[in-house]
Amino acid sequence: MATITLLSAYLISIVALVFFIIAMIRGWFDSDGRGAEVIFAPNEIGTTDDPAASVEARKALQATLPVARAPDPKELEARAAADDSSRLLTFVFMGCSILWLLVVSATGLIASIKLHSPDWLGAYEWLTFGRIRTLHLNAMAYGFLSTAGFGIAFWLLPRLLKTTLRGERLALFGGVLWNAGLVAGMGAIAAGISDGLEWLEMPWQACILLVIGGAMMALPLVLTIKHRTVKHLYVSVWYMGAALFWFPTLFIVAKLPGVHFGVEQAAMNWWYGHSVLGLFFSPLAIATIYYFLPKVMGVPIKSYSLSVLGFWTLAFFYGQVGGHHLVGSPVPSWLITLSIVQSMMMIIPVVAFGVNQFYTMRGHMSMLVHSPTLRFMAFGGLMYLATSLQGSFEALRSMNTVVHFTHYTVAHAHLGLYAFVAMTFFGGMYFIMPRVMEREWPYPKLILWHFWLSAIGVTVYFVGLTIGGWLQGMAMLDAARPFMESVAVTLPYLKARSVGGGLMTLGHLVFATHFLLMVLKLGPARHAPATFYAPKGQTA
Amino acid sequence: MKADNLLITGAIVMIGIAGVALVGIPYIQLSDIKPPKGLKPYTSAQLRGREEYVSQGCLYCHSQQPRDKSQAPDADRGWGRAPVAGDYYYDKPHLLGTMRTGPDLFNIGARQPSIDWHLGHLYQPRAYVPGSIMPPYGFLFEVKDKADPGEHVVNLPPDFAPKDKVVVAQPRALDLVAYLTALNHTYPAVEAPDVQTR
Repeated sequence: MATITLLSAYLISIVALVFFIIAMIRGWFDSDGRGAEVIFAPNEIGTTDDPAASVEARKALQATLPVARAPDPKELEARAAADDSSRLLTFVFMGCSILWLLVVSATGLIASIKLHSPDWLGAYEWLTFGRIRTLHLNAMAYGFLSTAGFGIAFWLLPRLLKTTLRGERLALFGGVLWNAGLVAGMGAIAAGISDGLEWLEMPWQACILLVIGGAMMALPLVLTIKHRTVKHLYVSVWYMGAALFWFPTLFIVAKLPGVHFGVEQAAMNWWYGHSVLGLFFSPLAIATIYYFLPKVMGVPIKSYSLSVLGFWTLAFFYGQVGGHHLVGSPVPSWLITLSIVQSMMMIIPVVAFGVNQFYTMRGHMSMLVHSPTLRFMAFGGLMYLATSLQGSFEALRSMNTVVHFTHYTVAHAHLGLYAFVAMTFFGGMYFIMPRVMEREWPYPKLILWHFWLSAIGVTVYFVGLTIGGWLQGMAMLDAARPFMESVAVTLPYLKARSVGGGLMTLGHLVFATHFLLMVLKLGPARHAPATFYAPKGQTA
Repeated sequence: MKADNLLITGAIVMIGIAGVALVGIPYIQLSDIKPPKGLKPYTSAQLRGREEYVSQGCLYCHSQQPRDKSQAPDADRGWGRAPVAGDYYYDKPHLLGTMRTGPDLFNIGARQPSIDWHLGHLYQPRAYVPGSIMPPYGFLFEVKDKADPGEHVVNLPPDFAPKDKVVVAQPRALDLVAYLTALNHTYPAVEAPDVQTR
């Protein structure tokens, strides 16, 4: 049984690889471009678009391309109507996500400091490391990333499907339930009531609210897809649609009370734990990049076919990598081997994405100077490549033996969820909010501050903890060195992590303040209302 | 096939394959596992202690899965033999863990059977392990003038004991220690075959 499963996994993987190679040779990935063009109105290609940039920056951005033509006004009107239909919903989700971001920052920073100053705030039970760290993770995953991801999806889908958003109120109510469930679940964790599985700590009773809320958010998406006026579903719709279906499936299977047991539960735990990254957060972020990157640049993505191949390979391989969290544990060894193989196979979709991004941006790198959105997106995309390749190699037994139980993994997780997903979402939010509020960001400099604080912060965090984690792992593997040495060796790096986390927190405070100023219509009204559809030359 | 149908079918098939491989097959393969003879079910105090272990989030820094000799020197550190699936027969939820910020605890009960050590160490880890970064769990204890009859007084090193007061363990602390000292998987993983007598 085990051998057959393993063998078939190998075979399917190899068939996929062969398919990939044949497709490359046959030229299926040539830049046919048709599918890639659906995000543009007729004649819009060649027009750059970044509402987050200042007027001057927008002019400079456009100047990097040859003269733009005037896009079809009817289609732009339809797009404005699509934007209009999702305005309130997007605003509510973005607002929630920023509140959660502040919770994430505070809990993360407290947890980080506690790891090198363990007696700090030690008298408060709900702030003990084991709880505050868990609150940090849940606020990040189900708070900030989920609500920001939903918000971006609600805003993007009407645009991509060229229709108005349906069932908006249902989604709004779903969002309320989701947040209520999350508050209840996190309150339970703080009070010490936990289901005890990593990523799945919130008591299942609270999760019922998340499931119902999630379903109420999914239904409008289905309705919107049904009412679409485009024939072709752009690749971002694939990623987002699938992600929004995969997440509830994973979550329901994982939270079924009373079903899972012992070692099987561990296998399920990490199937969920890694799939929620790979089949929920990553696709949402990839979809975001696949829309905004070409949209800002006014250039369709280089190879549309490559992006679709990336989607199917990701869908196949990413659901099966979870076992690499259990190398050396007593789960069936075929399962671990299968997951290691599929982790390596993940190189295919990741490289497909990276190559595509590189060739789309080639020759247009100067746009990064002018467009804040693009800068966040490009950073996120690059970090997707980095974190995924690192992850593939971390799954290998030899590497896993050193780093698995150490802070190295924590650094890796932040490279993925923060440097890739969160930074991508920040970029999307900077683009979307001016359209939602019909007002520009009041202080463009603050966007720069946010970018650099976050980028430098996460770099300090990642580099520090990666080194610390590696040293910790090496110390632990040497039986001649007492265990406490593996603790002592990490201390300077744990402090570096707090510094990095502090910088990231500062960045988030800048972002939240800026957001608040924009919403309250404070600060200079530099250019209101922002009519970004103006053709080149006339910045309304 | 229309694009949206292809999308939804594809998405179901892909997650289906993954779910069957990583959850379904292990479920079937592991469902008839029996506990080893040396493994005893948890007592109710130990189960309450296990809940406390989950509640305080001990699992985020302590694994319960020593690695095999061929992979890592865990056995040399006294963490025990590599576990088998049956060792976790009574474990709901599983507490395998993913971090070793602190040492593996699968056999902490065998390595450190002293209740007093555990209580004192929970109260202030640095009183027993210099350089430890474990959180103090003072809120599981009470500091009072005089212990009432039947209360468990914690013996602390003089530098760490409060002046003119005693530290007594709350029932939660005692339960947690009952669980920790029960973590003992030193029995053989594989039973010796019965001697066949003719």
